[in-house]
Amino acid sequence: MKPRLVFRLFLALLAVFSLAVAGCGNDDDAPSGPAPATEAPAPATEAPAPTEAPTEAPAPEPEEPFRVAVVAPSASNDLAFTQSMYDAVNSLVASGQIAEFAITDGTFIVEDAAAAIRGYADEGYHLVIAHGSQYGGPLEEIAPDFPDVSFAWGTAVDTFGLPNVYSYSVRSDLGGYVNGVVAAQLTESNVIGVVGPIEVGDAKLYVDGFAAGATAQNPDVEVNIVYTGSFADVALAAEAAQSHISAGADVLTGSAQMVVGATGVAQENGVLWFGTQANQTALGEDIVVASQVYRWEVVLSKVVDQVKAGTLGGETFIMTFEDGGLDIQFNDVMDIPADVLASAQATIDGLSDGSISTGQ
Amino acid sequence: MLKMTDNQQRSSVGSDTGRLLRPFAGLVVPAAAVIAALAVGAILLGVFGANPLTGYRALFTGAFGGPDELAATALKSIPLMLVGVGICIAFRTGVINIGGEGQIIMGAILATLVALAIPDVPRPILVPLVMIAGGVGGGIWGAIPGALKAYSGVNEILSTIMMNIIAGFFMSFLLEDWLIEPGAIRIQQTKRLSYNADLPILPGGTRLHLGIVVALIVAILGYLLLFRSGLGLRLRAVGHNPHASRSAGMKVELSITQALAFSGACAGIAGAVLVFGSESHRLIGEGGPLAFTQSAGFNGIVTALFGGLHPLFTVLSSYLFGGMLAGGISLQRVVQVPQALVIALNGVVVVFVVGSLKLRARVQRWAEGDIQMEDRA
Amino acid sequence: MNDFFTVSIIIATLASGIRLAVPFLLAALGEAVGQRAGVLNLGVEGVMLIGAFAAYYTALETGSASFGLLMGLVVGAAMGLIYAFITVVMHAEQGISGIGIYLFGLGFTDLLFQKQVGTPRPISGLQTKPFDWLANDTGRAGELLFSHTVLTYVAFLLVPVVYWLITRTTFGLNVRAVGENPQAADTLGVSVNGIRTAAIIIGNTMAGLAGAALALEIGIFQQNLTAGRGFIAIALVYFGAWRPVGVMTGSLLFGIVSATVLQLQVQDVISGSVSSIANMAPAVLTVIVLVVVSRRIGQPAALTRPFTRDG
Repeated sequence: MKPRLVFRLFLALLAVFSLAVAGCGNDDDAPSGPAPATEAPAPATEAPAPTEAPTEAPAPEPEEPFRVAVVAPSASNDLAFTQSMYDAVNSLVASGQIAEFAITDGTFIVEDAAAAIRGYADEGYHLVIAHGSQYGGPLEEIAPDFPDVSFAWGTAVDTFGLPNVYSYSVRSDLGGYVNGVVAAQLTESNVIGVVGPIEVGDAKLYVDGFAAGATAQNPDVEVNIVYTGSFADVALAAEAAQSHISAGADVLTGSAQMVVGATGVAQENGVLWFGTQANQTALGEDIVVASQVYRWEVVLSKVVDQVKAGTLGGETFIMTFEDGGLDIQFNDVMDIPADVLASAQATIDGLSDGSISTGQ
Repeated sequence: MLKMTDNQQRSSVGSDTGRLLRPFAGLVVPAAAVIAALAVGAILLGVFGANPLTGYRALFTGAFGGPDELAATALKSIPLMLVGVGICIAFRTGVINIGGEGQIIMGAILATLVALAIPDVPRPILVPLVMIAGGVGGGIWGAIPGALKAYSGVNEILSTIMMNIIAGFFMSFLLEDWLIEPGAIRIQQTKRLSYNADLPILPGGTRLHLGIVVALIVAILGYLLLFRSGLGLRLRAVGHNPHASRSAGMKVELSITQALAFSGACAGIAGAVLVFGSESHRLIGEGGPLAFTQSAGFNGIVTALFGGLHPLFTVLSSYLFGGMLAGGISLQRVVQVPQALVIALNGVVVVFVVGSLKLRARVQRWAEGDIQMEDRA
Repeated sequence: MNDFFTVSIIIATLASGIRLAVPFLLAALGEAVGQRAGVLNLGVEGVMLIGAFAAYYTALETGSASFGLLMGLVVGAAMGLIYAFITVVMHAEQGISGIGIYLFGLGFTDLLFQKQVGTPRPISGLQTKPFDWLANDTGRAGELLFSHTVLTYVAFLLVPVVYWLITRTTFGLNVRAVGENPQAADTLGVSVNGIRTAAIIIGNTMAGLAGAALALEIGIFQQNLTAGRGFIAIALVYFGAWRPVGVMTGSLLFGIVSATVLQLQVQDVISGSVSSIANMAPAVLTVIVLVVVSRRIGQPAALTRPFTRDG
């Protein structure tokens, strides 16, 4: 390949791009400035807010449409982490607390997320939600550049001492503990298998809580834990479940989006399953006993109210059973013994009043 | 089949038109290819209920629409340039390096360790040090499959793919325990690394940092190495004909190892830039290796080949590819489409443009009246 | 606690390894056929994803896993046609176009999944176990050999089939000829582009089948379902030195080591962050085995080189 020809190829590429842009440049009278922001449509809202110049005001006026942007690492319908936030924001849109909502999902590349966060802040969104623990590093550097924009970051417990950053988190170990208590009562082989991704963050919190709950309920129960080393590898999660079953497990649980592989194996072998992050009953009505569900709208509602009132950050919210941010949803179709359900409720009460601890 | 088309075109259009079109002949086919790719993309956008024109406008302005956008494109292109230059060196030596991902990671790890070990060294010393450390880390990770190929006959495509996997798990391991930021919530990342190791932002009011200078220096060094040094001559000779090179007394094994070591070093520097030029100034492993490398180890192969395996043209092709990536972020934000669409669109553009290159050569030859036959070297 | 060395656990681990090997084996066998004809396809991963989604979505909509399997094969073949057009007709650089196909497959299947399916919905996969009746009567060895689903047997049956195809048929002879010396094959009247196109279609069909097998075995689809298996399959082609039996050995090695790591975690032999180190084992061992065996078998001489009469 001759370099000279390659160079012409690039010119061609640029020329075509320019043509394409010139062709559609009429709908906007702004010069080729750096901000195509104002024409951003928001499919999530029923009635898109009128386009508006990015505001410089420290706190939005009450009548000003409240605009929220979310940046998230996986797909907005992943039946797990990102969907839980997507649903929460939409419920606040439905209730009228949020007027306009934009999302950039699937940004697992941290630097791309940083660019999107910066972009939304630049475009005058009032609240930018960085929905991923790994977005904290960039946020710490970005937030000071936009003192008039509020940022929310989770799952995390650190606001970096910045006045315009909220952080939010969830005690997933609590729900894990309850799941563990229930699981220990339903196992007949006294062997329970856990399929985790990597031993960090929310997944580790849930798994540790689950193991603590199961062994507290019945010290004879053996909890085998496998971390497959991947959040994505569904097939490996399936084989991990197989390995558990071959080692005698008759109850399984797991965290993160690759567990859909494990639930299939559980279904096939008639092994019970406990879910987390979203209600996973749809993955197997015959086997899913209970799911821990996050209700981010509980936190989000508080954050939105505070931002509207002019407080842009500086607070950490941690959802628990008490504030309704955490919930255990049992499978309605399944016939679960009443005493087991009662023990779950007793455990929730105990965790709430402090008489039970998950050890976290 | 293609020959027939040539004849048809020649007879119907005539040589006058051919002369007229000559300066543009090289442009027509790739332009058509890009238009075709964008048309496919427009269908994808349309299916998603987005206005393709708005979308492409966002793509273009997000990539080249102003100083900030040009800077964002440059930032996306830095790792591509660095990996791409390395790919030029390896491929020209006849070694296929698919291990850019792993080399980026190992470079980043070694650079991070240096920054953690000596955080208080002043910036003018620490920045070059961490870049060199990145180069060493990546270089070692490249030299291993190089030596395995040269001395044990292990195919480098196999070993570099496996080395990517190993590096990914190694980073995950380090960030689960030894290097993880102390804190209540365990996130797979280091603490914020020393400010003295930050790649300084260049003047001009954009976010562009010194990494671009590093990339350009490496590209020039890569060019000098390949085309202006005895070492480069030997490498290219080995790439051209290893048997003849051996007969001529060259140490082919050494050349292969050197090539992969240099190639890995370039990728390793990219890893260091990704750490110290990032918004977070940390090594982040959360979300898997690709979340950190941005797939630059693979995309750098694309830009190097588009750049004709020439370091300086690779800089150019990397910049255009970076524009596609930076524009994709803006497309996603403005038109509210899933990131998956942007990835698919990238794939379509790559396939269409690369598929058109040989056709372009033919059209060009036709336009030049077959006077200048393309050299097949 | 440590029950790893009981026979039943070892048998279960080996069976698990065999299951894990299936997608590698199918994809790598197909890639080997293509490379024997001189065409490198770095896009295996993308084709696998497309095959996986086609199979999953068809099974989801029609309720028939067999029909899903068929669609996986069909779209695999279709991707083969496209790839053949790009590389054989248009003479595109094979390295780049393969990466383009990968990116396209990765994005496109995710897009279709989000648009057409939304949240992960399980399907009843292809769970037919043709020899299950033998497994009960033949003890533990029987469990290892006869407890698998039908696609596992198909995958291993394809090893001798591909061997026969490459070494014992005229087509195979032509494949090897155009992979080694296309000019010579051309003078002998072999249609180089025709043979290459056929080999590419076979290879991509098998990649589609590999993806379909993955989706139908697990009974679910998700973004990036293959999780890098296509690239590992390419590596295993080199491990097996383009020989079907070698490719099978590599696939089994990789699969069984992965399964062993999982089982060792279940048995609590390894735990915590050590598991990340252990997860490297398949990749490390694959390289080490090749270093130890150290056989120098050259690749097909015309690999990655487009064919022109005057070139």
